[in-house]
Amino acid sequence: MNVSRREFIQITGATAAGLAVSGVGFDLSPVKSHAQMLKTVYAKETTTICPYCGVGCGAIVHTDKSGAGRAINIEGDPDHVINRGALCSKGAALKQLAENENRLLEPMYRAPNSKEFKPVSWDWALEEIAKRVKATRDATFEAKNAKGQTVNRTTAIASVGSAALDNEECWLYQAFLRSMGLVYIEHQARI
Amino acid sequence: MTNHWIDLKNADVILIMGSNAAENHPISFKYVIEAQKQGATLISVDPRFTRTSSKADIYAPLRSGTDIAFLGGMIKYILDNKLYNEEYVKSYTDAPMLVGKDFDFKDGLYSGYDKENRAYDKKKWAFQVDGQGVPERDLTLQDKRCVFQLLKQHYSRYNTKLVSEITGTPEADLQAIYKTYAATGATGKAGTIMYAMGWTQHTVGTQNIRTMAIIQLLLGNMGIAGGGVNALRGESNVQGSTDHCLLFHIWPGYLATPSTAWPKLEDYLKRRPKSADPLSANWWQNEPKYMVSLLKAYFGDKATKENDFGYDWMPKLDPGKAYSWLDIFDAMYNGDIKGFFAWGQNPACSGANSVKTRAALAKLDWLVNVNLFDNETGSFWKGPGMDPSGIKTEVFMLPAAVSVEKEGSITNSGRWMQWRYQGPKPMGSSRPDGDIILKLGEKVKSLYQKEKGVFPEPILNLKWDYASHGEFDSHKMAKWINGYFLEDVTIGDTVYKKGTLVPSFAFLQADGTTASGNWLYCNSYTEKGNMAARRGQKDAVNGIGLYPEFSWCWPVNRRIIYNRASVDLKGEPWDKNHWVIRWTGDKWIGDVPDGGWPPLESLENPNPKSKWPFIMKPHGFAAIFGAGLNDGPFPEHYEPLECPVEKNLMNAQRINPAAPVYKGEADTFATCDPRYPYVGTTYRVSEHWQTGLMTRPQPWLLELQPQVFVEMSEELADLKGIKNGERVLAKTARGSLECTAIVTKRIKPLKIAGTDVHQVGFPYNFGWRWPETGKEDSANLLTPSTGDANTRIPETKAFMVNIAKI
Repeated sequence: MNVSRREFIQITGATAAGLAVSGVGFDLSPVKSHAQMLKTVYAKETTTICPYCGVGCGAIVHTDKSGAGRAINIEGDPDHVINRGALCSKGAALKQLAENENRLLEPMYRAPNSKEFKPVSWDWALEEIAKRVKATRDATFEAKNAKGQTVNRTTAIASVGSAALDNEECWLYQAFLRSMGLVYIEHQARI
Repeated sequence: MTNHWIDLKNADVILIMGSNAAENHPISFKYVIEAQKQGATLISVDPRFTRTSSKADIYAPLRSGTDIAFLGGMIKYILDNKLYNEEYVKSYTDAPMLVGKDFDFKDGLYSGYDKENRAYDKKKWAFQVDGQGVPERDLTLQDKRCVFQLLKQHYSRYNTKLVSEITGTPEADLQAIYKTYAATGATGKAGTIMYAMGWTQHTVGTQNIRTMAIIQLLLGNMGIAGGGVNALRGESNVQGSTDHCLLFHIWPGYLATPSTAWPKLEDYLKRRPKSADPLSANWWQNEPKYMVSLLKAYFGDKATKENDFGYDWMPKLDPGKAYSWLDIFDAMYNGDIKGFFAWGQNPACSGANSVKTRAALAKLDWLVNVNLFDNETGSFWKGPGMDPSGIKTEVFMLPAAVSVEKEGSITNSGRWMQWRYQGPKPMGSSRPDGDIILKLGEKVKSLYQKEKGVFPEPILNLKWDYASHGEFDSHKMAKWINGYFLEDVTIGDTVYKKGTLVPSFAFLQADGTTASGNWLYCNSYTEKGNMAARRGQKDAVNGIGLYPEFSWCWPVNRRIIYNRASVDLKGEPWDKNHWVIRWTGDKWIGDVPDGGWPPLESLENPNPKSKWPFIMKPHGFAAIFGAGLNDGPFPEHYEPLECPVEKNLMNAQRINPAAPVYKGEADTFATCDPRYPYVGTTYRVSEHWQTGLMTRPQPWLLELQPQVFVEMSEELADLKGIKNGERVLAKTARGSLECTAIVTKRIKPLKIAGTDVHQVGFPYNFGWRWPETGKEDSANLLTPSTGDANTRIPETKAFMVNIAKI
């Protein structure tokens, strides 16, 4: 039978849980099998790659199929050929990155000299940013440099970031910035 | 990495220097330990006895910023004791090449130095060439002007006594490490280097790495299993973001950013050197295909032969001017930058001299901060010492989705492109970055359509149809990055149909009939499917852990680059047990070879159908003599900008003569100054990631590492009357930081030129926004705004500091 390690764990999980009796004097098996069920029956399973260092460890994300549809568990992927299920302290805590009450959940705006942020709509925020980009670019655009050579750029807008973006997002972002004439384009790789 | 993570297990000696891999790349240690179990020796060289050192067979301390002296001594040891792989050095490197008469080195300066501009005229370092422009070679390696002899002469000064006085490393430790590592020059043995920012963040960063590259070439360690030069990249996609070139100086696939030196596309396409040597593949001669395909990717149908594929629309740099990180914050500090995107990055804590960075942010008109959490950048205006009512900067803070909430790929340090899937949907109103970029681009385009504006062509003509069902579609983008045939193209006997995906970069065209967003990724998403999503568990025929069917790696799924140097001239692997590729008589098997040409057979009469193995170099040879570097063809020891010695003991120049020096009011430095007597350095802890922005708002990780600290020796603590756990104030010429003292045996005073020198270290994972006490801040408040002569990566690893009990 050709089964991967992960499938093997899934197949044997229920049996193992049924046999397990804990050393603390009471039977944990119903709890274990319920925990197993949570991940395999009530959850969608997707693979991911850890977003921290450059090792590129694989992890499995279990997302609740009902209710809030949030991640209920993230663990190392035993079929990933690099980490074989192992994760470091940060990778092991990955669920707390996604399911975190400190996350930003809506666009915010801080007016000049203001002491606070105010929630705003996406449409308003993007529209206002676009207006500022255009105003700054149009006011500072250099068609030629001091020597009279064609440069078609603005040095009044800069961008940093990001190694935290996906490849496809990085490509899209640099195309966007370069089309506007930015030359101050940098990110984590420079530091 | 020239190699990849699993390959570390194939090494006989692993040197970890400029990295604390056990702490910062913990899972890499799975393979370091596996190598040790098979008999490998692990060496750790670090200013501090780290978690890596605790697993090492040999540990040695050194003073931060003296790695070239340390490694230069190893070059001398290898040459003096003839421990190099002679056939490898003669056949595959530039060691036999003759250097022209203008090259010279005196008093710490190479020929061609221009003091006023702190720059060299690199033409003075050219090779001696024959009538065809091919460098002349002396295969006996005896000519006084050959690279090998010049190398020998250069490092003759790096004796262990002098090296020890500079580095503080005891001579016996130097000798033990040199002996152990140099033993990998024997045929069939492999030595590898794992380095990270401990090497890059110096005014001599590039040359730190080059010194090791020279060692690897002398020992025949490039291209082999368990060898290579391995940069341990610290971010999950910093490899991919570099490949796609979110950097001022390069365009996707490492093509140079257009500058006024190449006003027209035609000038750009002609810029690469030609080689008259028929044995040189000179791979970069293919650049026109990649550049035109990239322009087609940017502008689609709007890019035509008649309009130079839109080359004129794109911005041009002024040659010789840097637009790097340090330059951005310098210009911003001077009020020259009005608008700023901090997208998935936290510059208020991450770059050198945060005092300057934070002051610079207050001079902006507008700031767009895109992140998962509020951070020290987006909220800089209410940070320590800031008065919001006096800060005019408008701030837009946009919530991004976490990686598990979207779909796309990232590329690990071993160049493996791996696909991720969406688990939960983005929380609240947060959105995937790709979607935010796409929508913002649509808004900007629509404004220019409605209102016109200055030079709207590039904005309006930019191809921007990467959405499906109104949202950014990463598959669509990934396919476009791989590239399409835009017309029916006949190559050999095959017709490749318009609208099909290009199988690999060998099929790209320079006439506008193909589009590819990044030639290096051409082969990643083909008609066979999404290669990055592969999960195949089978190893390759050589059984060395390549796993060629798991994910995909650039270039063309080659897992170990320069692998044609892993065999001798006959095509026989140097290492029979851990072979990478092998010639069967008519083809290569094993890894994807660096070109399919047959073996060279002999050096005197090479097979005319063969090619020299270092195909990315114009002449096909690996460069021991780095004539393209800004600060000299051989690495030389220079002191950090801030250092504890008045004089460089190696030569007459104290600091790197070509390193940039910023001279604004915020760029203050103090060297050999009794107010700042200790060597400072920065590092990371396992529980936090980079500036800590993604980990400090998490309860478990914050509980594990709650505070910024300073580590110091028992001797220094005694001297300053500081007890373990007390709060202390650290100060440099730029800023100060309150932190908790960790008094430890892991740091010891070093004897430098006969004097005791103390070192202290700070993790840079903290910032005032999280934890919410607001009392922990960034170690970059201390670090200097100066950088490497080639990359301008800031020198955050070596500076001078004082500490005092609060």
